[in-house]
Amino acid sequence: MSPLAAVLPTEAANPWLSWDYVTSNSEELVAAGQEHLVLTVSSVLLAMIFAFPLALLVRRYRKLEAPVLGLSGVLYTIPSLALISLLWPIFGLTPWTVIIALAVYALLVVLRNTVVGLDSVSENVVDAARGMGMGKRQLLAKVELPLAVPTILAGIRIATVSTVGMVTIGALVGYGGFGTLILSGFQNNFYHAQILTATLCCVLLAVMFEVLLQIVERITAPWARKQIV
Amino acid sequence: MSVWEWFTDPANWTGENGIPVRTWEQLEISFFAMAIALVISLPVALTLGHLRKGVFLATNVGNIGRAVPTLGVLTILASIPEIGIGNLAAILALALFAIPPVLTNTFTGIASVDDEVRDAANGMGMGGFAILSKVEVPLAMPLIAAGIRTATVQVVATASLAALVGGGGLGRYVVDGFALQDNTLIVAGAILTALLAMAAELLLSFLQRRVTPKGLRQAGQAEVEAQEIPAAPAPA
Repeated sequence: MSPLAAVLPTEAANPWLSWDYVTSNSEELVAAGQEHLVLTVSSVLLAMIFAFPLALLVRRYRKLEAPVLGLSGVLYTIPSLALISLLWPIFGLTPWTVIIALAVYALLVVLRNTVVGLDSVSENVVDAARGMGMGKRQLLAKVELPLAVPTILAGIRIATVSTVGMVTIGALVGYGGFGTLILSGFQNNFYHAQILTATLCCVLLAVMFEVLLQIVERITAPWARKQIV
Repeated sequence: MSVWEWFTDPANWTGENGIPVRTWEQLEISFFAMAIALVISLPVALTLGHLRKGVFLATNVGNIGRAVPTLGVLTILASIPEIGIGNLAAILALALFAIPPVLTNTFTGIASVDDEVRDAANGMGMGGFAILSKVEVPLAMPLIAAGIRTATVQVVATASLAALVGGGGLGRYVVDGFALQDNTLIVAGAILTALLAMAAELLLSFLQRRVTPKGLRQAGQAEVEAQEIPAAPAPA
């Protein structure tokens, strides 16, 4: 028997793209999509809740800047597989294991971009605002924050899109959104249609976030359109 | 058994499933993945950068890489009968994800060499290849090295996913730990994976500094840092 003949029958019975798969598993796909969405949004929101106060703290106490950003760099190199595994004895088989691990990565991106964005406000602009009699708080709220918005939003966008991809690793603890479908499809005799459909859905979700957040960036900071790639 | 006991147990330091063998497997997977990625991306990026063509491709390939889940590509490749489960699928998947950082950084580095510098080189009688190899590459070295570093650290970290598709490496401990419901094994594997990734980061940032031409070390370093922030890659 030629090797091709050995491959063909299984290939025919196990197509990569199958509309039948989508229609007969639509409930499962929608549920996975909802889980993926909830995990992504919760991780990024959790990251933002901690990132903004931390950014302000770092700017107030400059000595903290090097250690905080250095530590974030170190944490960033920890693979998500390892971080989820390290958190799993603490949080067990709950969504929190995944959310907290992914929030750590998102935190680093948002924190860095917020600090860089606030720092890159031109000295002249800050001087002018002081000359107009603005205090520290007014300076932050009316001058520095608005000017840093493009960089901060770009950080949120990059963090969100990366998180969409990383959620799949949560399949390891049973909370991976489309990742759970990818892994179970793989373990279930290489169920091609399930693996590819779930992967494509994941890409689609990432692209949706990318486009949506780029639109938000354009609306909130139209002057910066050319700066952000 | 506590994690400390696991690490001090001599049985875990020898044999097929010992720490040295698993670490070596992870490095092997990473090495081949990076070799493939460099062979593909460097010539393309150097050529496009020198000709200053393909800006769209070079800048958007990274965005595409961020949106595609590694787990998906890995399992798809391992499900193709001609590739099959094991390390080969992991090597190919990791190579695909290592291409964007190298491609984007190398292209940006080469294409952003000052036009006047290129003109001067041309005026000295240098041809296209001489300009590329003697002027553009040295000037772009900080960015090229940063791209290779980012990609390599990402590959070493992600190589632990090979275990999910029947391959080796340090991820083996984590995946087996979950299968056996063995917390010690999971945590020990996670610690080893994290340590290896950090070691790779330290070693490569040292090497990056070494390959940067002396005249560029101060100015170049700052530029690299500035470039890296918006282009933060997705950790595996």
